[in-house]
Amino acid sequence: MLNAHDILETIQMIEEENLDVRTITMGISLLDCCHSDIDVTCQRIYDKITRYAKDLVKTGETIEREYGIPIINKRISVTPIAMILASCEHRDAVKIAKTLERAAVTCGVNFLGGFSALVQKGFGPGDKELIEAIPQALAETEHICSSVNIGSTKTGINMDAVKLMGQTVRKAAELTADKGCIGPAKLVVFCNAPEDNPFMAGAFHGAGEPDCVINVGVSGPGVVRAALAKAGDCDLTAVADLIKKTAFKITRMGQLVATEASRRLGVPFGIVDLSLAPTPAVGDSVAYILEEMGLECCGCHGTTAALALLNDAVKKGGVMASSHVGGLSGAFIPVTEDAGMIEASRAGGLTIQKLEAMTAVCSVGLDMINIPGDTPAEVISAIIADEAAIGMVNSKTTAVRVIPAIGMSVGDELSFGGLLGGGPVMPLSTYSPAKFINRGGRIPAPMQSLKN
Amino acid sequence: MRAVITVVGHDTVGILARVSAECAAHKINVEEVTQSILRDMFAMIMMVDIAQSDIPFTQFAENLEAIGKDMGLAIHAMHEDLFNAMHTI
Repeated sequence: MLNAHDILETIQMIEEENLDVRTITMGISLLDCCHSDIDVTCQRIYDKITRYAKDLVKTGETIEREYGIPIINKRISVTPIAMILASCEHRDAVKIAKTLERAAVTCGVNFLGGFSALVQKGFGPGDKELIEAIPQALAETEHICSSVNIGSTKTGINMDAVKLMGQTVRKAAELTADKGCIGPAKLVVFCNAPEDNPFMAGAFHGAGEPDCVINVGVSGPGVVRAALAKAGDCDLTAVADLIKKTAFKITRMGQLVATEASRRLGVPFGIVDLSLAPTPAVGDSVAYILEEMGLECCGCHGTTAALALLNDAVKKGGVMASSHVGGLSGAFIPVTEDAGMIEASRAGGLTIQKLEAMTAVCSVGLDMINIPGDTPAEVISAIIADEAAIGMVNSKTTAVRVIPAIGMSVGDELSFGGLLGGGPVMPLSTYSPAKFINRGGRIPAPMQSLKN
Repeated sequence: MRAVITVVGHDTVGILARVSAECAAHKINVEEVTQSILRDMFAMIMMVDIAQSDIPFTQFAENLEAIGKDMGLAIHAMHEDLFNAMHTI
């Protein structure tokens, strides 16, 4: 039986602590859209997406109103486009990107992900053409997100792809320099990319997924922080316990929305992604949770330990609340999207070196970090290689989404607005890894035993 | 099918009357009413049965929201399922 305290707690979480469902993402397979003529392929892609997702936004909004839960984003993820491009004789990836853009606008979604390639072991047909088209595709579309998987624990790291992606990130920034360098904010380079991730910019619909599926990403850093603030001075065992209980409630809400959306749309339910995804809104920050635990500033010594506790407790609490868990599941640390991290990096308390250490225990990686505009492509490649190595060795997903702020240097502020936020340009090491990156080849897959 | 109506704000005359009048106007039966104090604010919780309602639930929720705005209160009507999902195992 419900009691008044529980009911008011839920209302307070939604009204004051920014509890929301971050995204309902419909995954759509485009494998049956392949055709040797790219115009036929594009027509099939447009028709299939707009047919499957025509009611997605409307259904999301109805659930939002009936249950009183804000559902911030309605999105679509599709089969990695490199796989579709492979079937075409004339491999014009930008043309497909523009088709996807048209479909996204027709459906009314705020992002469509899957302009992607999986090249962890090498380049297949369509992969290089797609990667080369990424900067132009991101510059000429608004809603399309791109991702490339360049490594995995089982295959090692494709360093030729790492080199190429450093150049691609840089070029994506250059082509959108007049639009606040928005290009690379829509591009993620992964190691161990999950195939059912509902979050952007890294969402794509993996080849092992069904024809169509509904995945839901929850959020709620504000709720966790408020619970910790109420708990006062307790030890870390109690902190972990409290985070688990809060994550359970947040995830149950996500599970309810996922089940309802799946039933109403007649599409199978895939997974709930148990994530603490911050937004630039004050009170919706992962950094503030870490500071609530007792750190003076996110990024000081102790941050990695606090984040490890948080990440693990979120998963433990969420797993029992959902029938199927997947995606990225854990705490996100996107710098420009998190009010506390923006403040910490402005104050010099949070550095890229510390962020790199944090990515070993958080759910993703170096995310939404503004770097100096004159950063050479090899340095970006080396950042990607470092991050991929952490993911590869630790059997976890890691990713890099850095934004070269063209024309800006350390301390300048680059802002994207909306959920992507903004923040200061952070300093990088100025020594060159060029020779290492230019060697190319592959870093072999790591040992899975003798773990020390 | 049941829903939960919550009213949070400063206590004023006629809150219960206006909310229950809206319920009655649309054949929504009030099953239970409790009152509580949330951070020095008045909080009223009503459990209602919406099975016989003559308007869509989202419309009813919007009507209540409008009454809330008019009276300077936050009024929410939400499906009971949400609270059950979050607070029961």
